[in-house]
Formats: sequence, structure tokens, C-alpha cells
Amino acid sequence: MSHLLAFDIPGGWGTTLGIKTLIVMGLIPVGALVLGYTFLLKMMSHMQSRVGPMDPGGFHGWFQLIGDGIKFIQKEDIIPAGADKRVFKMAPAIVVMSTFLMFVVLPAGPNAVVAGALHKGQGGIDVGIFYALAVSSLSVIGVLMAGWASSNKYALIGALRAAAQLIAYELPLVLAVVGVVVQAGTMNLQGIVFAQQQGKIFGWSGIGSPFILTQFVGFALFMVAAQAELTQPPFDMPVAESELVAGYMVEYTGFRFLFFFIGEFGTAFVYAGLAATLFLGGWSIPHVNGEIANWIGPIVLFVKIMLVAFLMFWARFSYPRLREDQLQALAWKWLIPISLINILVTGALKVAF
Amino acid sequence: MVAQNVAFWIFAAFMAAGAIRVVTTDNIVHAALWLVLVLAGGAAQFILLGQEFVAWVQVIVYIGAVIVLFLFGIMLTRAPMEAEEKLNNNLRWPGLAAALLFAGTLAWAFLDQWGSDKIKLTKPVRTKEIGDLVFRGYLVPFEVVGVLLLAALIGAVVMARKD
Amino acid sequence: MLLNQFLLLSAFLFGTGIYGVITRKHTVLVLASVELMLVAVNINMVAFGATLNNAVGQVFALFVLTIAAAEVGVGLAIVLLIYRNLRSANPDDASVLKG
Repeated sequence: MSHLLAFDIPGGWGTTLGIKTLIVMGLIPVGALVLGYTFLLKMMSHMQSRVGPMDPGGFHGWFQLIGDGIKFIQKEDIIPAGADKRVFKMAPAIVVMSTFLMFVVLPAGPNAVVAGALHKGQGGIDVGIFYALAVSSLSVIGVLMAGWASSNKYALIGALRAAAQLIAYELPLVLAVVGVVVQAGTMNLQGIVFAQQQGKIFGWSGIGSPFILTQFVGFALFMVAAQAELTQPPFDMPVAESELVAGYMVEYTGFRFLFFFIGEFGTAFVYAGLAATLFLGGWSIPHVNGEIANWIGPIVLFVKIMLVAFLMFWARFSYPRLREDQLQALAWKWLIPISLINILVTGALKVAF
Repeated sequence: MVAQNVAFWIFAAFMAAGAIRVVTTDNIVHAALWLVLVLAGGAAQFILLGQEFVAWVQVIVYIGAVIVLFLFGIMLTRAPMEAEEKLNNNLRWPGLAAALLFAGTLAWAFLDQWGSDKIKLTKPVRTKEIGDLVFRGYLVPFEVVGVLLLAALIGAVVMARKD
Repeated sequence: MLLNQFLLLSAFLFGTGIYGVITRKHTVLVLASVELMLVAVNINMVAFGATLNNAVGQVFALFVLTIAAAEVGVGLAIVLLIYRNLRSANPDDASVLKG
């Protein structure tokens, strides 16, 4: 980003920026819908023997998602009488914006990066993963705005719960990533991918060196924390429909609710992408380099994203909800100490070898 | 460098407007939200200066944590939907005079000292350099700040406890 | 870019912060005004660091950020404590020790 703003501005950057913006704006909703369709509708129906989503349209309920979309768009856009209208309208946009901003650092090939990619290996944003985690915290503001502006006590309680949860789990999320950063020696996601592709396990370079083999603790922490950041079960107290109706989303209808929906599943898509990039080698296959990697990279990345997302949604459909105090105890008494120990051990081993 | 100047003035205008709203608005929650605009503008200025790392630290610490704490504090005490009239005391003119005096003095000193000095950016600051600086040159301050944070953490917990 | 455009922006923000600290009656808003001043200081430091073409300004800004976070944490704990005891968030009401 600093390449664009502070230093040399390459020719034709306007067109490139426009095309890249369009790609991101298209990819996030598509990713969200793919996850929603595959996992929320189909996988959950199979796992929990749900009949409804398997029915519309005949074969396997293919029409369900389209029908949902039509329903959301043609609904009336209701704003409560006591609401703070401007803040109320802005909130879903901010939640979605943080998802879009997170997505731009995800590399899908040696040159297929949205932000930067001027030079191989050091393209993109230098602070890479830190940038992604920083902008992911913007959604907390959107959630608090939504809860407060709805002028509804359930919404406010849900927003406060969500904010407490998102802040508490931001820490293990960041700390889990530190181990990977220490091992790769860079925060640039492209650099992390290359470190895994060209790494060796005791001199053997057959499968590169995906960090999940050495950072399995970090991977587990990252997945748990990401689950909480997404407010998915078993960490869905902020949007618990049986206690709080639907938390901060209770007053939203129609396409504004659709924004929250896209935000939720788009963020799941991005977190799965980050986990795939950090721990599973991202777009890379060992010993596949050159121009061909730009073409198969996105496909490889997508397969890995679906794999990680499967784990996320598997947990989502399997576990009951935690209690609010159990949630905070899990973050502060277990995840954060474990991640600190993980960093310590990683650092010691990095110095030793 | 024209594009950078244009970007600077746009961000500066947003920051100035946001800062004025922070100190004048009648709604506490709005004040905190306007502060977000100022802080985001500050991060944008840091990126304009080629200092990426501190920009994103600003986003994650200020917008992601400090503002959320503000909103928490407001909502746990009192967060009325409508505007309040008694958020300001009657020191408007003395306050304005003090602020103008201070900002004017600062501006005069800046203009006097650095009249038309230019910022010549040669390369962006890499995160590696910051790591080297923090853990070599400024290791003791870093440790002291760490201890300070721990003390603040324990202090806040002790104070906010009910018993 | 001139160095001064950043410095003048920070002077403006600092002045606004002073105005807020003097005129606001809600403790959280006073803290927010203090944050404005700290942002102004950070812009100054980073601008000077960029002028000198090194990362020292950035490192100092990082320290300021850390201390600001600690200050807000303790400050809001105090606000909650005062609110719990006095049912008021006005710093002028916390005058029990005045006698």
C-alpha cells in the first residue's frame, strides 16, 4: 500500500485498482454464498437431518439459497422509530467493509495478489497478516453501532456481549499467529507461503514445510479464536436467538440483514483463507513454480479454504452453546496462556536451530 | 507528489471536521464515533508517510480496543439515544481562548523553525527495521512499557471488581 | 510534501483536544479529548521520523500508543468506579475529599 501512496506510482494503476476492486467486491459475496450453500444449507441438513432446506426446487433443494436471496431483497427496509437513523444505516456497511479489507492481502498465486504484488516475494503489504487482523477488529465498531442505534435492549446486550467476546478472542488470534511469523521470519503473507513451499523437513523437501506440522498448537488456537470471532456456535452468545432474539441484528431486515449475513460468511471465508495460507501453504504446491502456479494457485487455495471451512462448520453444527462466563474463562485462562507458551517454545526452538 | 498532497488535504479535512465534532457534539456515542474518523485519518497520514506498521497498530489498538472501551464505558454508565444539553460546562470562551493560544503558539513555532522543509521519502520503513530497533536500541523502554501495561491491567481489574 | 503540513495538522488537533478537556463535563469525553492530543503527538513523531528517513519516530509512536491504551484502561475503570458510587460521570462531582 505504501507503494501506491508514498512512493512511485506505477503507470496504469487506476485501471488496475479498478479491476482489483471489482474482483474483491465480487469474490467476497460469492465466497460467502458458496460457504452458505455448501455448509449451512447442505452439510447442516445432512448432519442434523433437516428436511426444509433439502426440499425447494426438487433435486437436493438447489433453489433454497436463491429463494432466500429473493426473500431478503424484496422485504421492506424497516428502521425502528426510536433508532439513530444514520448510525443504524452505517453499521452493516462497516461490518462488511472490514471483511472486504481483510480479503485484499490474501495471495492466490505468485503474482495474483490484490494489494501490491509489485515484486515477487516482497510484494503486497509488508505487515500482511497484521494488517488483516487489524482491519478485522473494525467489525467490533460496526456491531456496537448496530446494537446501540437499534434502541432495543436485546440488541444492546447482544452488542456488548459481542464486543467483549471479539476483544477477548482477538488476543489469542493474534498470539497464535505470532508463532507462524516467528518461524517464517516475515509478516508478509506471500513470504509466509514461500517459506512453507521452499521449506524442508529435516532436509526432505517432498511436501515443503507446511506450518501446521510445527505450529499445530497455533493452528488449534487460531481455529478456536476464529470461531469465536465469527460468533458461531459454540461461541454464539451475542446472537443467541433463544436468549436475545438475535442479538445486535434483531432490528435489521431485508438487505441490511443480508449485509450482516454476507459479513458473517464472508468473514468465515476470509478466516479460512488466512488459516489455509498461514498453516497449510496457501496457494502453493511444492515444486510447482512459474507461470503455471498463477493458474492453479487460486484452485489450490479454494480447495484448502473449503477444507478449513469444513472444520469450522463441523464444530459449528456439533457443539452446544457455552455460557458467557465459560467463554471469557476459556479465552483468558486457557487460550492466552497456551498461546504465550507456544510463542516462547517457538522462539526458543528458532534460536536453537 | 501531487497525489499525496491531495490525499493529505482530504484526510486532514476529515480529521479536522471529526475532531471538532468530538468536542462539540451533544451525543456521547456520536463523539466516540467521530473519534474513530480522526483516528482512521491519523492512520491514513501514517501510511502517506510510508510508516505502515504504526498505522496498523493505530487501527488495532485505537479503533479496535480503545474506542470499544470508550463505547463500553459509555454504555455501561449511560447511553441516551437523544442529545443531551448538559455535556458542556460554561467554560466555552476560556476554553476556546486557551486552545487558540496554544495551537497558535505551536503553529508559529513550527512555521518559524521548519518553514518549507520537505519530506523526502526514499523507501518505506520495513517491519524488520522496527523489530531491530525495538529489541536492540529501545529494549529497556520496551520492557518498562511491558511492566506498565501489566500494572495497568492489574490496577484496572482491582478497581473494577465489585467486592 | 512539506513537513509543516503534518505539524500544523497536529497543532490543530492538539488545540481541539485542549478545548475538549476544558469544556467537556463527561469523564469519557475528557478522555476522548486526551486521545485527540495523543494522536496529534503521534503524527508529529511519525512526521519527524519520516523526515529523518528512519524508524525511530515510529517506535516512539508505538510507545505512546501503548501508554495511551494503558491510560484508557485505568481511566475507564476509575470512571466506572465513580459512576457506581456517585451515579454521575462528571469529574466535578468527584469532590468528596474537598471537605
